[in-house]
Amino acid sequence: MTENKVIKQIKGLDIAKFRELGLVIFIIILSLAVQIRNPRFLTLENLNDMLTNTAILGILAVGMMLVIITRGIDLSVGSTIALSGMITALTVSTYPDMNPILAVLLGTLIGLVCGSVVGLLISKVGILPIIASLGFMNIFRGLTFMTSGGKWISAHQMPVSFKAIATSKVLGINTLIVIAIVTYIVAYYFINHTRTGRQIYAVGSNPESAKISGINTDKILWMVYAIMGALSGLAGVLWVSKFASAQGDTAEGYVMNVIAACVLGGVSISGGSGKISGIILGTLLLGILNNALPLMLVSPFWQNAIQGFIILIAVLVNALVKRNITKQNLMRRKI
Amino acid sequence: MKKLISLLLSLMLVATLITACGEKKVEEPVTSTEKETKTETETKGEKVKFAIIVKNTGNPYNEKEMEGFVKAIEELGGEVILKAPDQPTAEAQIQMIEELIAQNVAAIAIAANDPDALQPALQKAMDKGIKVLSLDSAVNADSRMVHVNQADPTAIGTSLVAGISEMMGGTGQFAILSATSQATNQNAWIEVMKDDLVNYPDIELVKVAYGDDLRDKSVSETEALLQSYPNLKGIVAPTTVGVAAAGKVLTDKGLKGTVQLTGLGLPSEMAEYIESGVCEWMYLWNPIDVGYLAGYAAAALVDGTITGAEGDKFKAGTLGEKSIITVGDGTEIMLGDPFKFDAGNIGEWKAVY
Repeated sequence: MTENKVIKQIKGLDIAKFRELGLVIFIIILSLAVQIRNPRFLTLENLNDMLTNTAILGILAVGMMLVIITRGIDLSVGSTIALSGMITALTVSTYPDMNPILAVLLGTLIGLVCGSVVGLLISKVGILPIIASLGFMNIFRGLTFMTSGGKWISAHQMPVSFKAIATSKVLGINTLIVIAIVTYIVAYYFINHTRTGRQIYAVGSNPESAKISGINTDKILWMVYAIMGALSGLAGVLWVSKFASAQGDTAEGYVMNVIAACVLGGVSISGGSGKISGIILGTLLLGILNNALPLMLVSPFWQNAIQGFIILIAVLVNALVKRNITKQNLMRRKI
Repeated sequence: MKKLISLLLSLMLVATLITACGEKKVEEPVTSTEKETKTETETKGEKVKFAIIVKNTGNPYNEKEMEGFVKAIEELGGEVILKAPDQPTAEAQIQMIEELIAQNVAAIAIAANDPDALQPALQKAMDKGIKVLSLDSAVNADSRMVHVNQADPTAIGTSLVAGISEMMGGTGQFAILSATSQATNQNAWIEVMKDDLVNYPDIELVKVAYGDDLRDKSVSETEALLQSYPNLKGIVAPTTVGVAAAGKVLTDKGLKGTVQLTGLGLPSEMAEYIESGVCEWMYLWNPIDVGYLAGYAAAALVDGTITGAEGDKFKAGTLGEKSIITVGDGTEIMLGDPFKFDAGNIGEWKAVY
């Protein structure tokens, strides 16, 4: 019987692993297909472009994963990006001598404040995450327009040092990619090797038991939204630095890409499960799609549809695999 | 008891409404800045008064429009009344129209904050014999006699092709980076560009890419163009976000001089790239000319040279002869060639808009 159990466990593990393997194979096939259509896809320059363009999405996906694991969702991400980006851009245009690291910290702090407010409402007042973040999505967007007076901050108003954040390199790798990698490593350690990190999963998979077992669920909830906010704030600064322009409607609708990256990466919307390796693959897949579809010379009318199809396929696979696992769990229970 | 209270309350509400409405007709609150420019010494006595209402105060784009309007009316020897509400609302503009009707002006030119809301006020003005025209941002066809349109599709399309051809030295491949695939304006301009390309046999349009006016997508599309067409010599982006995103990509990749860039963009957004030479020049309409043309059109309406009907022609000062054409339900006057922004003038314009 114990042998059986072990075998079942291994099988279960296999499926979980296979899910990611499936994504890896999918990415490889997609890359090969694109490479055949356009041999310039797998050049160093294009890969660098692609990773640089995907880095911001990757950073945000980490925060969104934590939020989704707790059965929540944060729709205010795009607005937080815009607000933090706009305030930071206004600050550096007024004080051009400001240290760029200080600018990054300022943006992150603004995001942290935004996220904390959202998290407070969700954890302490008990408003549904989708409603609370929807409300703040509009509030932060409105604040962005108010702080800027509807005007844009353009490239010529930003100091060179600020624009260099996104173009500079660390050890030959673009800073944006480095920041994304560091975020991944820290997040990996945090959710797998710290008590608080594990508690996030506990709260997500069964809030009632988590509460009974002595986990401060309110604190955990509040924390994940604060982290999401801080990462959005960081992304806002990087966004404005990368594109050298801050607009009121910066990153409008971008939250959908972030959620898509998480779902593609196997983060379950019903909470409790999600892995860093998964969201890396999910982000990468979206990044490849964004980069490759124009390269494949697909008609622009098809681009969105194709992207939608691929996301749908991933979600279908997710549903099928999940059904499989539940079935196996039930079988185990019978024995 | 409850019924009685609610009855009393509703009566009070009605009473306040009535008194409020009554008061509005009597008093004319002036909550806005108003400037009257006397253009000549008042020796000749009564002057024809031309009024312009722009969207709001402190809007540098609007100020340039007013500057052009004043210039035109000065040349014609009339009197200008400049009006700009504190807030860009239709309500504030309606109040100003009422004031101008009371002042018995000859013509009102308006950059509208709402295409439909001003209709009653503007029709009242027209009933009183005041000539009404819109500029920059149109009112609906029933509320105006003619509209001064800054974006002439033909002039914009041909200017863009001529511009990129000159930059590329007359030969080579170029691509267009547009807004969304459904954007009406951009599609009209692109059609004109395609038609105009027959005059440039050595220039090839390889692709029309769509950046959807999103920064990230415009950047990806620009990078894809550069990867897919290694011999690409030029990019034309007839949209502000697109042209700035392309400028940023060309700057970051150090392709200044290798790939040429032009298009339509806001001077403030493009200043960086025009000053650095990544984009030698680009186009957009000049708000001074928009105001100037509106001034001459207003004068022509007043002296009866034009009535706002299709086919009417008039002389618009330094802009030359302009004719009226039908666009949609109404008639419009096209400004003509867009204004060229280059390293020489961008420093002045980047602060304007």
